[in-house]
Amino acid sequence: MYSVRRWSVRHARGLEVFYAAFEQAFVRLHPLWNWIGYERLEKPVAGLEKLVKGFLFDCQMCGQCALSSTGMSCSMNCPKNIRNGPCGGVRADGNCEVKPDMKCVWVDAFAGSERMVAGKKAIRVVQIAVDRRLEGRSSWLKVARDKNAKPAAAKTLGAP
Amino acid sequence: MKFDDEPVPGYPLPILPGHTSPGRLERVLRAGAFAVTTELDPPDSADPEDVYRRARIFDGYVDAINATDGSGANCHMSSLAVCALLTRIGYAPVMQISCRDKNRIAIQGDILGGAAMGVANMLCLSGDSVQSGDHPQAKPVFDLDCMSLLSIGRTMRDEHKFQSGRKVTFAPRVFFGAAANPFVPPFEWRADRLAKKVEAGAQFIQTQYCYDIARLKSFMQQVEDIGLLGKVFLLIGVGPLRTAKAAEWMRTNVPGIHIPDAVVKRMAGAEKPAQEGRQICIDLIQEIQEIKGVSGVHIMAFRQEDSVAEIIQKSGVLGGRIPWYPGRDSPAPAKPFEKETP
Repeated sequence: MYSVRRWSVRHARGLEVFYAAFEQAFVRLHPLWNWIGYERLEKPVAGLEKLVKGFLFDCQMCGQCALSSTGMSCSMNCPKNIRNGPCGGVRADGNCEVKPDMKCVWVDAFAGSERMVAGKKAIRVVQIAVDRRLEGRSSWLKVARDKNAKPAAAKTLGAP
Repeated sequence: MKFDDEPVPGYPLPILPGHTSPGRLERVLRAGAFAVTTELDPPDSADPEDVYRRARIFDGYVDAINATDGSGANCHMSSLAVCALLTRIGYAPVMQISCRDKNRIAIQGDILGGAAMGVANMLCLSGDSVQSGDHPQAKPVFDLDCMSLLSIGRTMRDEHKFQSGRKVTFAPRVFFGAAANPFVPPFEWRADRLAKKVEAGAQFIQTQYCYDIARLKSFMQQVEDIGLLGKVFLLIGVGPLRTAKAAEWMRTNVPGIHIPDAVVKRMAGAEKPAQEGRQICIDLIQEIQEIKGVSGVHIMAFRQEDSVAEIIQKSGVLGGRIPWYPGRDSPAPAKPFEKETP
């Protein structure tokens, strides 16, 4: 929902702290996820993720979440899917050129990043091309899997 | 400016140390000259002569010609084809690549194909949305964005690899550019975004239309403050306005174009608006040339392409330099600039 999405940007700092703790716990539970089986978990976890992040951010389930680098504003809501915005078409009032009633996702992203700690720097890093194979899959499971992978085997599905 | 090793038209220049392309634009910029580029409106036709006619009017005035890639999401001859035609007779085109219509497989193929056809400059853009063009029912692709495109292009050139990691046996030797728009919000982040583009691989920048020198100066200050000056060649976009009404329409209807009230007022008060529009453009170019860190201007005279030569000549930015064009160095003397229309 648009209003909730804007709320999330205004509370980017709180969400950053919460997610950092959540991610740490989630990554630590790797043995459990591994025991159940990542592929078996994919559907229910992706469903839950879509519910939570869909409510908070209008998440589009790209499967390679960059919210921590985009001021808690989901860049997949940009009509041009720009992961490194804002484009040159932003209106004088800061709204989107394609959707005049929507605040530019990237105007929000920079505002959100200013409230964050790690996010302030992260927004300045170039986001690489999206891996379209991950669409609809869980980003949380991907993080848990990637962070527990041995450096040599780090080239999973999501790695460039 | 004439290079000793100026080749046969259509042949690439030798690549100098520290250069990445065999192109004239990179040569001019790295030599420290104030560069002038312009834009060719690709024809809605399959006649190559339409392309050559549109290019010829810039002869002797510009260092490179941008071939737009379905600008405004309208259908025209493709940028790759326009560029390929232009390089045949030695012009230095800038191939615009928009992420709107092609995925990464097609785009990487175009980068190789363009470079093989002698295109030395490529401008990486996200592209206008399909809603603004003549085919709003089309599927927008946007598989990449301008920055992932830049980094993929650079990887192809410097690491001789596709994004997939597969080897490119002969790398495209390209001078990569990108766009910037310092004239729309969020102003405080525009320089930071430029920094990201430079990090992704942008070597030169062509900006959106500038009608607001004060804002350009504050942008350039930001660029200097974050230590970006000298790390990228900045070409500032300019263009002549036709009438006050057109200016008013542009600033309300075309996203990304900022025209201050003072400029619209000046147009409204003019007896000959078109001439005043060109004069404003000349004044802007002269002011822009004085700004520290600016490497050139990019003149976008949409449907007024025949005014470009006059604007450049009267602005005096070339300082007596005659950019290369087919036939410049042949015995027949170059035709002097004569056009004088109201």
